[in-house]
Amino acid sequence: MAAYILRRLILVLPVILVVGVVVFALVHLTPGEPAAVILGDRATAEEIARLRDQLGLNDPLPVQFVRWFGGVLRLDFGESIFLGESVTRSLLGRVQPTVLLTLYALCFQILIGVPAGVLAAVRHNSPVDRVLTVLAISGASVPTFFLGILLILVFAVRLRWLPSGGYVPFTEDPIAHLKGMLLPAFALGFSAAGLLARLVRSSMLDVLREDYVRTAFAKGLPEGLVVVRHALRNALIPALTVIGTSVGALLGGAVVTETVFTIPGMGRLVVQSIARRDYPVIQGAIMTIAVTYVLVNLLVDLLYVYADPRVRLGGG
Amino acid sequence: MARAAGVAVGGHRHAATGLQVERRGRRWPWARTLVANPVAVVSAGFLLLAVLAAAFAPLLVTTDPTFLDPAVRLQGPSAAHPLGTDDRGRDVLSRVVYGGRVSLLVGLSVTAIAALVGSTLGLLSGYYPRLDTPIMRTLDGLMAFPSILLAIAIMASLGPSTGNVVVALVVVYTPTIARLVRSSTLVAKQQAYVESARAVGMGDVAILLRYVYPNGLSPLIVQCTFVVAFAIISEASLSFLGAGVDPETATWGNMLRDGQRILQRAWWLSIFPGTALVLTVLALNLLGDGLRDALDPRARRR
Repeated sequence: MAAYILRRLILVLPVILVVGVVVFALVHLTPGEPAAVILGDRATAEEIARLRDQLGLNDPLPVQFVRWFGGVLRLDFGESIFLGESVTRSLLGRVQPTVLLTLYALCFQILIGVPAGVLAAVRHNSPVDRVLTVLAISGASVPTFFLGILLILVFAVRLRWLPSGGYVPFTEDPIAHLKGMLLPAFALGFSAAGLLARLVRSSMLDVLREDYVRTAFAKGLPEGLVVVRHALRNALIPALTVIGTSVGALLGGAVVTETVFTIPGMGRLVVQSIARRDYPVIQGAIMTIAVTYVLVNLLVDLLYVYADPRVRLGGG
Repeated sequence: MARAAGVAVGGHRHAATGLQVERRGRRWPWARTLVANPVAVVSAGFLLLAVLAAAFAPLLVTTDPTFLDPAVRLQGPSAAHPLGTDDRGRDVLSRVVYGGRVSLLVGLSVTAIAALVGSTLGLLSGYYPRLDTPIMRTLDGLMAFPSILLAIAIMASLGPSTGNVVVALVVVYTPTIARLVRSSTLVAKQQAYVESARAVGMGDVAILLRYVYPNGLSPLIVQCTFVVAFAIISEASLSFLGAGVDPETATWGNMLRDGQRILQRAWWLSIFPGTALVLTVLALNLLGDGLRDALDPRARRR
């Protein structure tokens, strides 16, 4: 177990390094001189030279990379060009909405996906199963941002039940906070729920064929008890991995959802920074989200070993 | 690709041994399963119509999608403009049809290029152990990004244009395809027929293209259908964020971005391009599902 954890930890390092190289390369992929592109057409030669100096663009690329990556390891992403504060500071101010939105969306994904998958498996090949399967595929086919627009149109514009956007911190007004997050979290969680439902369905079908489930039925236990206590427990283990990858999809989807619902999170910051060509902010935000995703997947992998002793005993 | 598949399925003379290889069973047993699936047939039909509409857009809608007519600004659906007009008096129907052009073009070209690059990387990585680690570690690094975020990041540095969207999405979807091809390559490599081909002195390239690659073709075709769907959603998302196709071009994502700003006054600006987007992606997903059932007999029993 310890050896497995150690090996898994070591494997994360090259991934983070590649992520770092890709994020670092972003600035240098820009066609033309980055400093001139950032400042726009009206910049003078001196201004460009000063920014080049500030961004350290005069040094050789490897030197620039080591300096930048060293900063990243100390959580120092440099200075924002537009906001007049450090990137770390501006990111910290926007972490909360993004993290909460992702967590709420994850709740919706699990609350919709797991029951739907179980129901479809228990009623295998029935009309219920078919309707749920079509719904799951449809869910995955509606882009988050369009579902968001539809929800705004119905619940904010027509019915006026919920706000169409904005963000209220939980500590300020819990009710307003939850009301504001309801639509974006649902929009984000719903499309991800389809994938989870399909996985839960298929792993449930496998488990329901197992001997111990048949035994439980043969003992005369009620169906609900067998399904929840005997089958679901084991069927959820493979679902764990999907939840890990879902966090990535949800974090990415949060970027789009924050824009639809004007939530001042990290995603919206990235999108606004693209228009301002504020590269240090773009790099810092993307690096933070990608590394979070890598670490969540690591955590899920370790949980998986914990939940399924077979992986551990089989040598992982 | 098509040639390799034909060779593998049909009867032909074995290049190395000179023996006549018999054709096994019907030529396309999966095609019958697919045609028997009404959902897949309807989806394929819809997609065919969408492709035709995109190809013959100028014949289908006579209004120029960029033609500004201030006299008919923000009009709801009517006989003259079946899907209404936008805030600059442009015809929504013709913009939806022309937008489909961009979506399908991006979806198909991203998939074609990603399939080509991903297959090459997957074959190399699966067949040559020495190349495996460097290729797969790099791809793992790319897969460590949430896909839409990687696309946004690349677009942030390349700038908005259709060509750049294709480049960004190829980078995003190549690793998935490479992984898939690599795993089927690893399986095929162990087979006796590959060993025999090597024993009779066939070259690596010939072995890979004739005996290894065709084996993994079924899951690859299924995956490609889904990649087209993902790429279309991603392109629309990028354009919606203002980081995709040039904002002035008629695309579904651009229309949705412009439409959301005046959602309160003009629902049709958002609903129609969004519906076109959902239907296209849904048809691709349902077709992919049908293809998987037809091509993968193990999944069919489910």
